[in-house]
Amino acid sequence: MTIALPETTLAAPALRTPADAALHGRIAKYAVLGLALLAYPLAASDFWIVQIGAQTLFMGTIALSLMWLGGYGGMVSLAQLTFAGVAGYMVALFGVSNHPELSLGWPWWAAVPVALLIATAFATVTGMLAARTEGIYTIMITLAIAVAFSLFCRQNYAIFNGFAGFAGLHPPRLFGLDLRAPLPFYYLCLAFAACAYAGVVYVQRSTFGLALQAVRDNPRRMRAIGFNVYAHRVAAYAMSGLLAAIGGLLLVWFNGRISPDSIDAGPTINVLVMAVLGGMVHPIGPYVGALAFILLQNFAVDLIDPERFNLVIGIAFLAIVLASPDGLVGLWRRLMRRRS
Amino acid sequence: MGAQLWGFPMKQFVLTTLNGLTLGALYFLVASGFTLVFGLMRNVNLAHGALYLLGAYVGWTVADRTEYWLLGVAAGFAATALLGLLFQVLIFRRMEGQDLRQTMVTIGISIVLADLMLWFWGGETYQFTPPEAIDGSLALPLTPNWRYPTYRIALLVAAAAIGVGLWLFLNRTRVGMMIRAGVDDRAMLAASGINVQRVFAVTFMVGAGLAGFAGVVGGTALSIAPGEDVRYLLASLIVVIVGGLGSISGAAVGALIIGLAEQYGLAYSPTYGAVYTFLILVAALALRPQGLMGRRA
Repeated sequence: MTIALPETTLAAPALRTPADAALHGRIAKYAVLGLALLAYPLAASDFWIVQIGAQTLFMGTIALSLMWLGGYGGMVSLAQLTFAGVAGYMVALFGVSNHPELSLGWPWWAAVPVALLIATAFATVTGMLAARTEGIYTIMITLAIAVAFSLFCRQNYAIFNGFAGFAGLHPPRLFGLDLRAPLPFYYLCLAFAACAYAGVVYVQRSTFGLALQAVRDNPRRMRAIGFNVYAHRVAAYAMSGLLAAIGGLLLVWFNGRISPDSIDAGPTINVLVMAVLGGMVHPIGPYVGALAFILLQNFAVDLIDPERFNLVIGIAFLAIVLASPDGLVGLWRRLMRRRS
Repeated sequence: MGAQLWGFPMKQFVLTTLNGLTLGALYFLVASGFTLVFGLMRNVNLAHGALYLLGAYVGWTVADRTEYWLLGVAAGFAATALLGLLFQVLIFRRMEGQDLRQTMVTIGISIVLADLMLWFWGGETYQFTPPEAIDGSLALPLTPNWRYPTYRIALLVAAAAIGVGLWLFLNRTRVGMMIRAGVDDRAMLAASGINVQRVFAVTFMVGAGLAGFAGVVGGTALSIAPGEDVRYLLASLIVVIVGGLGSISGAAVGALIIGLAEQYGLAYSPTYGAVYTFLILVAALALRPQGLMGRRA
């Protein structure tokens, strides 16, 4: 992965300062992580490649959109899966699905950008509403929006095909390569996740990203200096919408279908659980959280009655919130600091 | 068909209005506890829906065993009030002032509670039998051949009584005075020698208890099943956002608006029932972000 690009240009001087050493250390870490992720399918079975690998990557991207809003913008939104769901529904409506009377049947290169655009627009409008409020009010309003959208899709048959939703949604064939096959799909998810991750790391250091973090820390001061606090927040929602939409696109391609119950309150909360489990302090957190969540989901069967998965995940979530508010990443950082 | 009003059959209109009022009354019962807790402690208790469902289940079990419905109501209230007290003393007291973290904890609690309830009570739907005195149906005044379930009328009366009771509790008792003082200025209340923690504990108890009470009462009017927790949590959220967080009268107004909107929507344009509620929410946020009866923070 070429995430550290903006920094390599800065590392011109030959002298090795401590900052340089830290930078080189970080580049080395990213290189190792990137290679490991690229090489992972060589050593894994199809189950591990798709069910664990690919799913972690796209659920992590949806959780990343929440980390971006919550960690850098200070706005905890529960509507991220809804943005992902809007993208999924739009792909079904504009592209090809099992309901040709509702779908327009556009080719993927037209349907996908339109779906991402509409999901981003939806996130922007949600942001315009939610950014009028702060803190816990934001949680309540975004939760209300998320559940209301799912209810609406369930009741609406004219456009959203109600309870059943859409099926038959598949990734395209590119140059004879079926992106639905385990290996291509994994690399597709990896590419999207890497772009999303790099995008967040880059924007977070841009002028806009820094202003957003300042707005998070002290909105009154920023307003006094002359920044448009509201516009920064809405823009943050727009970007989170695009990130979530990318994850949502992969999610519907993974499932092959989209229906109201895949975006209702339960899965919505799961996204929050992933982000909080991993920790909303670093963009890697959501991916760590998604991995932990998906491993638990798949292997809780062996630990405890499969029906009781929610109990396990609920207790894990409570334990993390009570013991380490900055999640597994924060726990790891503290361990490292104690060792050094 | 009979009388018409704006082209709609009069009977359907009257019955829909009554259904809306009943639903509003139920929403008020659920949301009043939610808003009471928030007003004082700034704690958005997202486990409120789970408490509603827990109260309903406990009430059902007790009423089933003892065959006294009123005992079930009392048990529903007592069980959730006790649980609320435990939450406040064991968890929330330790993270005062950390609004977001408290909210996360309530989310965790609601996940765990929902699964535990599914474990103990299973996925089936339960139905209460209310006592005979309020079972059956009642002829409406002026129109003796239109009938309406007595229980729902009783629910309306009970909600009004609870509303008045809460108002009296908050405005006429010593504890109520402390709660109101705490809403305005927590530090000042503590400085004047009052044990704020005890006031918090009492408030959380009453708020959680109201959720359980509403669970039994609402479960009798409709039914109890997994998933109802999310429905009533959502209803409480919308009601208090529209009405104004922390305001009991706001909860009453918001509950009536949402209850009526939902029932009219269901009766006259079933496809878009959820949309009306949502539009009201959007309008309230756009025009009056602090809610109809809320004060600006």
